[in-house]
Amino acid sequence: MKNGFRQSMAWLHTWTGLLVGWLLLLIFMAGTASYYREEISRWMRPELPATTVSTDVAAERAVHYLQEHAGHAETWFVTLPDPRNPAMRMFWRNPESMVKPPVEGERRRRGGGRFGDATVDPNTGDKLEARETRGGEFFYRLHFDLHYIPVLWARYLVGFCAMFMLVAIITGVITHKKIFKDFFTFRKDKGLRSWLDFHNVSAVMALPYHAMITYTGIVTLMVMYLPWGIKAAYPTDEDAFFSEAFGGMPEVSAPAEGRAAPLPIQQLLDSARTHWKGVDVSGFSVAHPGAANAVIDIRQRDGRRLSVDTPALRYDMVTGTLLMESPASGAATATRGVMYGLHLARFADWGLRALFFLSGLTGCLMVASGVVLWAVKERPKHAKSGRIGFGLRLVDALNIGAVAGLPIAFASYFWGNRLLPLQLPERADAEVSVFFYAWGAALLAAFIWPKRLMWTWQLYLGAALFALLPLLNALTTHAHLGVTIPAGDWILAGFDLVMLAFGAMLAMCGWRMQRWTPPLSAAEKKKRAAAAAGGSAVPIEAKA
Amino acid sequence: MATFSTGSDAINRNCRITVDRSPSTANTTANTRLATFFARPGWGVFSRSMAAIFGGYALAAVTSVFCALALPGARGQTVLTGMLLAIVVCACAALWAFATRTALRAWIGILLPTVVMAAVARALGAWA
Repeated sequence: MKNGFRQSMAWLHTWTGLLVGWLLLLIFMAGTASYYREEISRWMRPELPATTVSTDVAAERAVHYLQEHAGHAETWFVTLPDPRNPAMRMFWRNPESMVKPPVEGERRRRGGGRFGDATVDPNTGDKLEARETRGGEFFYRLHFDLHYIPVLWARYLVGFCAMFMLVAIITGVITHKKIFKDFFTFRKDKGLRSWLDFHNVSAVMALPYHAMITYTGIVTLMVMYLPWGIKAAYPTDEDAFFSEAFGGMPEVSAPAEGRAAPLPIQQLLDSARTHWKGVDVSGFSVAHPGAANAVIDIRQRDGRRLSVDTPALRYDMVTGTLLMESPASGAATATRGVMYGLHLARFADWGLRALFFLSGLTGCLMVASGVVLWAVKERPKHAKSGRIGFGLRLVDALNIGAVAGLPIAFASYFWGNRLLPLQLPERADAEVSVFFYAWGAALLAAFIWPKRLMWTWQLYLGAALFALLPLLNALTTHAHLGVTIPAGDWILAGFDLVMLAFGAMLAMCGWRMQRWTPPLSAAEKKKRAAAAAGGSAVPIEAKA
Repeated sequence: MATFSTGSDAINRNCRITVDRSPSTANTTANTRLATFFARPGWGVFSRSMAAIFGGYALAAVTSVFCALALPGARGQTVLTGMLLAIVVCACAALWAFATRTALRAWIGILLPTVVMAAVARALGAWA
């Protein structure tokens, strides 16, 4: 605009950031939590077994369970246990003829009621009875599907926010004159300066991560945001695009024929491992189980590749011959696969996963300090006129409700998991309601009284909820720190310890907020110095 | 204003009288009023925001179609390349909308490439 390039970019940075900041914070926090969604799901189902057997034994028990309970099914899908998730998840598709006609007025289940599912203990091969919860899956869905609004709208809204974020990141870099020097700069207790420095440090420290996660986030849903290329290049047959661009193996279309005993599952998994030169399998699916033309698709385990596209092998389940291999992907498909994979970080081992998690937290701090910075910068203008304007009051309330209120909601979700009765109908939904009631209450309180004391209270409340979570866990389950640390179960112990750390951090923030005094302006300092010089002269005279 | 009986009332009245006598001037004042209304900086920002959001999306959409049809290689791959590029283009369009000197240039800079690429894509068989 008329003030020169950098000023207009700074303006754009401020407004793109502020307008979507609060929703972005929710997306960032839920997305960051999703790095540990398996671990969260495990913590939220303390009934799950702590140990697990080898992949082969687990696979054999899975097949046995399915033969007994889903022998009639058209297809089986099995996810084998791994160190992050000790339970075995499986589901199957029933033939059309077995589906009951939908009852009038009853909500039709996803997949038209054709799917059955079970979570099985690989140690015993029996169905696990764990409490009903959405676990970490809730955060994962929340960070792009939101809640209470139609999924499609939510994804457009999230994409809109992500685009604003991308613009805010680019303009932020342009605005920044001394990006390298500011990396090492933090001026403590200087009011606006400190907030700006903190915003800079949190942004610059993980800048490649922020840019990557925002761009790749849009890439994960780009087919939905920009379908126009598909419509232009494949005007009559959009399915052709998906099979050409995303490769994968075609679905088995031939009908089932005859009956025959399949080969032992270990033998099939071993052939796949040999083919992949030792890389383990993560799961398999079987088409026409029990039939003479049954085929099995074996999926490779994550951890050795960046791309999200999983290589798979298709074997004849009766003769054991390799029928098909997932085709090599084109350059653009591979690029998209890696972008998608980078966003999900399924390849990350524990160290890299922790780094992603910390970068995600830095992103949360960047967004939070950004919206707070706006209010800090705006306040002196309002202070001069003597009353807090509507805009600042609104931002203050939203800041408290989001920055201090969201941690309360996250912690409450975990409290709900431990405290809601196990036999409660629709228990998983009730846990989600706890999240939104807690957040709603925090927002309401913030709107009623958006003052500094409200910051303090909410931060302390969040701190208490997080810090007491390990204690609550000890009182309500047998998977608490006293058990998990001696057993060396660092996934469950780690969850409790991280909750303690969050509690400590929030308490520190609350304490600083409580003891904070407004920094003096330069003019005010001069006045005080003068007053002190003048004032000190008087008592000396009096003494004399 | 007119209800206050201050000294300025006389001036107001005088003004009205002059306005009444020459209706052509009244027209001009309306025009200037309209002009000052649209000269408010808020409109520039609004116009640029529209250019950034809707113009930017239009440019990104056309970019993805253009790449899908004009790039060499397998169709599925060019479609994906178009999408991956269009995201970056959309962000750049937003920057452009606020970086130029006037709102008009913002619109021209976004709509011109949109129209050109759309024309080429049309020639290559899009939206047939």
